[in-house]
Amino acid sequence: MSEFIQQIINGLSVGAMYALIAIGYTLVYGVLRFINFAHSDVFMVGSFVGFYSGKVLGGTSWAGGLGVMAASMVGCALLGILIERLAYKPLRSRSKLTVLITAIGVSMLLQNVGQLVFGTNPQPFPDTLPATTFQVGGVVVSSKDLVVLGFTLCLLGALEYIVLKTKVGTAMRAVAFNPQAASLMGINIDWIISFTFGLGSALAAAGGFLWAYKFPRIEPFMGVAPGLTAFVAAVLGGIGNITGAALGGLLLGVIETLVKGSRWSTWTEAIAFVLLILILLFKPAGLLGRVQAEKV
Amino acid sequence: MLEVVDLKVGYGAIEALHGISFSVKQGEIVTLIGANGAGKSTTLRAVSGLIRARSGQVMFHGRPITSMPAHEIVKLGMAHVPEGRMVFANLTVMENLQMGAYLQKDKAVIARELEYVFSVFPRLKEREKQISGTLSGGEQQMLAIGRALMSKPRFLMLDEPSLGIAPLLVKSIFEQIVKINRDHGLTILLVEQNANLALRVSARGYVLETGKITLSDNSAALLANPKVRSAYLGG
Repeated sequence: MSEFIQQIINGLSVGAMYALIAIGYTLVYGVLRFINFAHSDVFMVGSFVGFYSGKVLGGTSWAGGLGVMAASMVGCALLGILIERLAYKPLRSRSKLTVLITAIGVSMLLQNVGQLVFGTNPQPFPDTLPATTFQVGGVVVSSKDLVVLGFTLCLLGALEYIVLKTKVGTAMRAVAFNPQAASLMGINIDWIISFTFGLGSALAAAGGFLWAYKFPRIEPFMGVAPGLTAFVAAVLGGIGNITGAALGGLLLGVIETLVKGSRWSTWTEAIAFVLLILILLFKPAGLLGRVQAEKV
Repeated sequence: MLEVVDLKVGYGAIEALHGISFSVKQGEIVTLIGANGAGKSTTLRAVSGLIRARSGQVMFHGRPITSMPAHEIVKLGMAHVPEGRMVFANLTVMENLQMGAYLQKDKAVIARELEYVFSVFPRLKEREKQISGTLSGGEQQMLAIGRALMSKPRFLMLDEPSLGIAPLLVKSIFEQIVKINRDHGLTILLVEQNANLALRVSARGYVLETGKITLSDNSAALLANPKVRSAYLGG
């Protein structure tokens, strides 16, 4: 039983990081209707920005760790905005397939530049945040898992506030629903798209930092597997739906961890895709998504 | 206020407007009537910057706005209630109205405009917190007009406000359009298939036929014109 609870906590913390990445996919899909496959590599860059700023800062403290995470988030927000401006914006009037292929290209570019800059060998991630383990009634809990969950909850709360309560968040939802009508309100769509990329990339960077904190070995291809799983999480929850992405992420994290701890552990890598196939077969709009008629 | 000169607009290989010219003066209600596909909506979309003109010029307050993006034109005091209303169905009524005042920074001005919109369409106040997608067609039209008014425009373009709305509501919406024009001296360009109703509330009108303006006169004369009567007023 105590092992089961440990697994659930572990799964939730992995899932929280999937959720942070998945939200970026879903936000961008919401305003531009395409999947930004370079997103998983922004997550990787987030880890590396954390790696370098952690080294510069040195030491282990809450304030320092938060500062490192903030640096990752700001750096990746700028990277996300830059990627959109340089690679996607010139193609906005082209077919979605063109943009999708470009996104895969950007993803490869980031991975390969990552190899050039960071090298191909995995690097140990500095201990920027304090960590301990403690026992609660026979259950061994790593404070890392609690930190990951706590930080994620705070970030999701902040995101919810931005999207639901602020003017720029309302404008994001307006643009997602109907960009033309939004421009008739005086909303600068380009600006909102940049903001969306910045927001999604900042969350992915936070995910990248937390991921490296929990699994402290980082390398330029580290984004591929969590990125794909998070993409599945976004589809599972209903692409375009923020709550759905968060829920999908948590669910996949728990399921994956439980499978890993069972005798079907060889299926761990495949389970996300089994779920993807099932959801596409039986509830293609996702758990919280609504079926929409495709506009032609 | 608005001066359109030899405006040409096309979609791909098809030219939808073959060089039209018309004008709207300060304080007027002007109607553009025409059959389905004549290019009425295209005209408004080109004026408000939603689509690019191929050639010709649009002057607003003596300023050329032909190649300006839509969100810049809004700043100059133009509001466009597009065809099909295009309310943000995923937002509440209140959020829609707030988006209408997106460029307005002064909270006091927003509050005043909101009060005015609610006085024109009390129904919107009752539904303030409702998700707009759940409103009836007529209520959505009120919301679309109210949202446009929130930007405190000097010039308002309405695209088929009567489309898909119960006849009783159409009458009340048109009464409100006249009231808005009178209250603030707001200049209005109205596009309608319901030519009878539109010509009754407007001072002047233009007839648009397959991308060309074929007639222009004051509304009373158009209402009496046998050609207009047989083509647009059902005999």
